Amino acid sequence: MLRDYARLGIGSLFKRKLRSWLTMIGIFIGIAAVVSLISLGQGMQAAIEEQFFQLGADKVNIAVKGPNTGPPGSNSDVQLFDSDLAVVQRVKGVDVATGRLVEPIRAEFNDKEIFLFVATLAQDDDERELLVDVANVDEDNMLYGRTLKPSDQWKVIMSENYLEPKFDGKGLKVGDKVRINGQTVDVVGIFKKTGNPFVDISFVMNENAVRDLLDIPEKYGLLLAKISSDANIRNVANAIEKDLRNHRGLDEGDEDFEINTAEDVLDTLSTVLTIVTAVLVGIAAISLIVGGIGIMNTMYTSVLERQGEIGVMKAIGARNSDVLTIFMIESGMLGMVGGAIGILCGVLLSKFVEFAATAALGTTLIQAQFPWYLILGALLFSFGVGSIAGVFPALQASQLTPVEALKE
Amino acid sequence: MKQAIIELKNVWKTYEMGDVKVHALRGINLKVHKGEFVAIIGPSGSGKSTAMNQIGCLDIPTKGSVFLSKKNISTLDESDLAQIRGKKIGFIFQKFNLINTLTAKENIMLPMIFQDVPEDKRNKKAEALLKLVDLEERMDHRPNELSGGQQQRVAIARSLANDPEMILADEPTGNLDSKTGSSVLEFLKKLHKEKGTTIVMVTHDKHVAKQADRIETLKDGKIVGAKT
Ligand SMILES: Nc1ncnc2c1ncn2[C@@H]1O[C@H](COP(=O)(O)OP(=O)(O)OP(=O)(O)O)[C@@H](O)[C@H]1O
Ligand SMILES: [Mg+2]
Repeated sequence: MLRDYARLGIGSLFKRKLRSWLTMIGIFIGIAAVVSLISLGQGMQAAIEEQFFQLGADKVNIAVKGPNTGPPGSNSDVQLFDSDLAVVQRVKGVDVATGRLVEPIRAEFNDKEIFLFVATLAQDDDERELLVDVANVDEDNMLYGRTLKPSDQWKVIMSENYLEPKFDGKGLKVGDKVRINGQTVDVVGIFKKTGNPFVDISFVMNENAVRDLLDIPEKYGLLLAKISSDANIRNVANAIEKDLRNHRGLDEGDEDFEINTAEDVLDTLSTVLTIVTAVLVGIAAISLIVGGIGIMNTMYTSVLERQGEIGVMKAIGARNSDVLTIFMIESGMLGMVGGAIGILCGVLLSKFVEFAATAALGTTLIQAQFPWYLILGALLFSFGVGSIAGVFPALQASQLTPVEALKE
Repeated sequence: MKQAIIELKNVWKTYEMGDVKVHALRGINLKVHKGEFVAIIGPSGSGKSTAMNQIGCLDIPTKGSVFLSKKNISTLDESDLAQIRGKKIGFIFQKFNLINTLTAKENIMLPMIFQDVPEDKRNKKAEALLKLVDLEERMDHRPNELSGGQQQRVAIARSLANDPEMILADEPTGNLDSKTGSSVLEFLKKLHKEKGTTIVMVTHDKHVAKQADRIETLKDGKIVGAKT
C-alpha cells in the first residue's frame, strides 16, 4: 500500500516545475554542510586520537618557538643545548628526559641526491627507550630488517615510504648503501608507517653518529620528558618552564621555547574543531529551516494546484488518511532528493578539503570518512525534514471535502 | 419490491453567502433502484450537480437524510464513507478528471488501490476494463496524450474498477462533440442493458435523456416531474 502511495507521490514529484526544485536549495546546503562536517570531523577525531596516543598522556615536549615549516626543531636560530636537557632532567617529577636532533641532510643513492631530515635516537638506554616508544620504531614495528642498536655507527633505518622509487626510479631496501653528506651508511631496517608524519619522512640514526657526521657537539632540536606516574603533569610542565626560563636568563612571558603536553595539543585541536563545528552546525540548521519552509511553500502551492485531483481521489474512495499519506510521502521525497544532492556535494566538499589540506599543508591529519550510517542517516533526516514541512499542507489537502476540492 | 440502492428523503441543501441563503435543493425525494437507468434534467442552476453530490455521498445535506443501501450516511464517519463510496459508487465527470501524472492503466487502478486490492488482481482487472472500453493499446498513455473521447472512456473504465452498484455521470457528454458523445452514451446504454449496471446521469439534452428508463426533472431545487 505504502509502495503505491510512494509511486503516486514520486509520479507528481517529477512533473514539477523548476521553481519547486529550487526551493530544495536550503535542504541541499544544510545536508551538504552536515555531511562534510561529520565526515571531516570524524577523520580529524581519528587523527587527533592517534596523535594523542602517540605522544602519550604522560609526556611533554619542549621545542624552540619560531617559524617552523619543517619538523619540530629543524630550523631556527634559537637552540636548545645539553645544559637545557640537564635542567629538565633535574626537575622534580621528571622520570626520564632526553633530546632529539632533527637535521637536514643530503642523501645520495642510485646517482640521485635528495634532501631530507634525519632524526636521532639517544645513546643512553632509558632515554633511548623513551624516543623509540614515542617515534614508534621498536623491533615490533619493523617491516624488514631490524631496528638500530646503540652500538650501530653508520647504520640507518627509515619508513616504508622509502620503498617507493624516490631515487630516480629506485626505492631503498635493507642492505642498500646510501651516502649521507658524503658518508656511506647501511640501510639495516625499514619500519611500518608510524602515523607520525615527521618520523615517516625522516631517516633515523643514532645520536653519536649524527653528531660525528654533522659536527654538532651539543645542540638539540627537541627535548622530551616523561613524567612519573605519581606527579601532576601540569605542575611538572610549569616547573620545567620556570627552571628553563631561569637557566636561559629570560623573563616570564618572553620564553623562546614552548612546552606542550598531549593535553595541550588535544585542547587546541578540539577548540578549533568545536568552533568549526559550531559554525557549520549553525549554517546547517539555518539552511535546513529555510529548506523546510521552502518545501512547505511548494507543498501549499501543490495542494492548491492539485485541488481537483484531491477531489477526484476522494470521490473514488480515498480517505483523509490516504491523501495525507500521499502528500507527506511526496514532500518527504522532495526533501530526500534535496538531501541526496546535498550528500553528493558534502562528499565532494570534504574530499576537496582533504585534498587541499594534503597539498597545501602536507598533512595527512585531515582524512574525510564516510561511514554508511552517515549517508543513510542524512537521507532519512532529509526525508524527515521534508515530511515535517509537508504536515500542514498535507493536513490542509486531506481535510478538503470532496465537493470543495472538485469545484475549480 | 425492488431494492433501493440510494434514497434521498426530504433533502435540503442551503449555501450561505454572507447574509444571503441560497437554497440549491428544497426538499428532494428520490429513490434509485437496482438496475435502473435514471436521467436528471433541468435548466442550468436548477440544482442538478448539487443533487448528484448528495446521491454520490460527496456531500452531507443541510436537512433531510440520504440512505445508501438502507444506511443513513450521516451516521458514518469520514473514512467509512470514503470506503463505501469507493466501493459502491463509480463517478464519471464532465471534465473526465483523470490524474494527469498517471497512465490510463494507473488511473483505472487507483480506486482499487484505495480498496486495498492486491496488485496482481488490480493489474488483471485494469487490463480487462481497458479491453472493455477498447483502449488496450493506449494503457501506458497519459491523459494529455489521449483525445477527449478516449479520456472519457478511461474515466468510464475507472468508474467500473470496483464493480460499483451504481454509476453517477454528471453531463458525461458535455465536453465532447456530438459524435463522440453519442458513442460514449451508447457505451453506457450497453453497460446498462448487458450487465444490468445502475446508472444515474445528469444532462440537459432531452434527446439524451430519452435513452433512460426514467427522467427526473429539477427546477429551482425541486423535482417537478418524473416520467417513465
Ligand atoms: N458552493 C456553492 N456555494 C454557493 N452556491 C452554490 C454552490 N454550489 C452551487 N451553488 C448554487 O446552487 C444552485 C444549484 O447549482 P448546481 O451546480 O447544482 O446547478 P446545475 O443544475 O448543476 O447547473 P449546470 O447545469 O449549470 O451545471 C446554483 O444557484 C448555484 O449558484
Ligand atoms: Mg452542473
